[in-house]
Amino acid sequence: MPAPRTVYLDHSASTPCDPRVVEAMTPYFSEVYGNSSSSHGFGRKAEMAIEKAREHIAAVLRCHPNEIIFTSGGSESDNLAIRGAGWLMRAHGKGNHLITTPVEHSAVSVTVKQMSGLQGFQSTFLPVGKDASIDPEDLANHLTDQTSVVSVIYANNEVGTLAPLAQLAAQAHARGAVFHTDAVQAAGQLPLDVTQLGVDLMSLSAHKFYGPKGVGALYVRDGIDLTPAQSGGSHERGRRAGTHNTPFIVGMAKALQIAEEERDARTAHYRALRDQLIDGILTHVPDAYLTGHPTDRLPSHASFVFAHVDSSKLLMHLDMRGIAGSGGSACKTGNPEPSGVLLAMGYPPELAIGSLRLTVGLHTTPEEIAYTVEAVRHSVEKLRALAKLFSV
Amino acid sequence: MTTPNKRVVVAMSGGVDSSVSAALLVEQGYEVIGMMMKLWAEDTFDSSCSTHNRCCTPEQLDDARRIADKLGIPFYVLDTKDVFRAYIVEYFLDMHRKALTPNPCIECNRHIRFTWLYENARALDADYLATGHYARITQSPDGAYQLRKGLDDAKDQSYVLSVLTQEHLAHTLFPIGNYPKPQVRDIAARFGLPTASKADSQDLCFLGDGDYRRFLREYAPEALTTGPIVLVDGTVVGEHTGLANYTVGQRKGLNVQSAIPLFVLDSDPTRNALIVGPREQLGSDDLTAHRVSWIDGSAPTEPIRAQVKIRYKAAPAEAWVTPLSADRVHIQFETPLRDITPGQGAVMYDGDRVLGAGIIERQTQRERATQSSLVGTASPA
Repeated sequence: MPAPRTVYLDHSASTPCDPRVVEAMTPYFSEVYGNSSSSHGFGRKAEMAIEKAREHIAAVLRCHPNEIIFTSGGSESDNLAIRGAGWLMRAHGKGNHLITTPVEHSAVSVTVKQMSGLQGFQSTFLPVGKDASIDPEDLANHLTDQTSVVSVIYANNEVGTLAPLAQLAAQAHARGAVFHTDAVQAAGQLPLDVTQLGVDLMSLSAHKFYGPKGVGALYVRDGIDLTPAQSGGSHERGRRAGTHNTPFIVGMAKALQIAEEERDARTAHYRALRDQLIDGILTHVPDAYLTGHPTDRLPSHASFVFAHVDSSKLLMHLDMRGIAGSGGSACKTGNPEPSGVLLAMGYPPELAIGSLRLTVGLHTTPEEIAYTVEAVRHSVEKLRALAKLFSV
Repeated sequence: MTTPNKRVVVAMSGGVDSSVSAALLVEQGYEVIGMMMKLWAEDTFDSSCSTHNRCCTPEQLDDARRIADKLGIPFYVLDTKDVFRAYIVEYFLDMHRKALTPNPCIECNRHIRFTWLYENARALDADYLATGHYARITQSPDGAYQLRKGLDDAKDQSYVLSVLTQEHLAHTLFPIGNYPKPQVRDIAARFGLPTASKADSQDLCFLGDGDYRRFLREYAPEALTTGPIVLVDGTVVGEHTGLANYTVGQRKGLNVQSAIPLFVLDSDPTRNALIVGPREQLGSDDLTAHRVSWIDGSAPTEPIRAQVKIRYKAAPAEAWVTPLSADRVHIQFETPLRDITPGQGAVMYDGDRVLGAGIIERQTQRERATQSSLVGTASPA
């Protein structure tokens, strides 16, 4: 049997590290290895590299370098933003009400649930439309004087829908709440100008834009204080303890710089492939539905549900054809649950269990998309025939 | 030996038998895919931590995944909970409601492993499904597939595989069936695989604690309704705590006053009665079985000699097997057996070759009464 070709269509899960990024990182493993907190020359070299990286990132976000905190990734940034702001604002008498949506990444939703379950916070999950859209009016109706933090995902990781951040942030600010967004999926594809977006806190993760895994950033608007979620030394102006990961921070800055420079060309490439994919699947696969907003969505992102198909088996069939995709919920344990995001969007469980996310990248080709459409069509057909045998 | 262009799905458990099976197939040149079924298990005891089916705990899953990685084969976990619950757990409960003693492993092979998993493998364009069972598949000169005992008689698992069909056998591989267990361990060592066996596969894998009576109390309490203990002639001699609590041949725990020792002979679910009697009434030299399937696809046209196993661990007993219809047989043993248990499989062998299998039927009262008055009944034609 010929070795199957491989088609990687899971760029929302992770991207390959750009060789230019690897090259930029390389000296910071064994040549410039000092601790950035040390006062000697070794440490100063590392510190300079980190501060340079901070400036590069700030330039993309159009913010001051001091407004960037380096973290271990998107999940830590989300935790620090919501816990840090929520705890501190409550301590300052602002109240203890958190507002988010039912379509967040679990780094946000689980954090909010834990804070309301264990730490006495109140929480509100806003209603969402069938396309995962968030209505600023709904936010306005749920804000109270006790609301401290509002968190809404910029580009949804499961269904790709974009949120109207500026309008949402304006509503939050009108009631004195701070506004956080998880921009982990958006970074590298959408504008990150924090002034235009109106956000106070914004989470980034390097490996989603061809940088290394294990490093991220949190933008914190000047004037907003955070209680550190990880205590210890006075790194990051006392807001995030832990020795700086110099090579990864350098790599993230390089990756974001490149992504911003090439953004127009990249997103044009993504859009063309994404639309080819969406058209192909909806045309050739019966009973397939696009999830999320048809146009107001992440350029690289296509997501579907298929009637009478179990997502985990579809992924297995695609994997056997060398195609890497993702279901609604990452599941390697054989316990598939319908995606909570799709359920919140109003999909019935039997459809939500049949979700597929395919996200294109820099190296994806139209020919790969055509191969994938045919593979999905064939696999769905086989799985539906199988499902008919065992309807219980 | 290489076998190019053949794709095999191996059912993996993380244990030595299925791991060695996968390794042997890789070595033989097959394109091998590892799969593990996530079977249903009850949620019990601690609501914060669901229990796992003992065939597929997270540890076994990790073990299987590591072994697949070591062998360089893809590995997938399939959610099998709904079909397992529908076909196996419900079957188990139904049988106990009828005061029968089921063998869920036979049904699991029939419905889950060699139907559901088999179809999933075929849908993935696999040519074969392979398992780590101790059994062998051979072909007769005319090309028919034959199921035989594993070479290691002590480990032989052909009893629970006896319901396979020609189509299954044509697409099934038992890579370790030709090896004795110690040699399987040696092979595991040669491949650098873990050599530990998993728990005996005859356990009721879906029980939280292995206590089937507790399980029945929760899931089928109606199977544990108290009722009369009667003699064959109908005389009531006591009260039982639920028919599912007793097995044929049982003597202890009956709580009846009697001058002579009494043994459980049978149950009569229509009256919810437990039938007991003296040692002389215990046992029978014949049985009927239904849901009979024949390995070669059809029933013999006349009575045949066979060795019949009435339980997984029973010794084969010499018998005459007379087909009563396409899927029903009468089995006449040379000597009486004490523990013929309705609901268990009766598996027919010719030496090491499986002929077919059925599920032991309950003998009716009338048959029992007739039988107790006769010696050496002839098989019905």
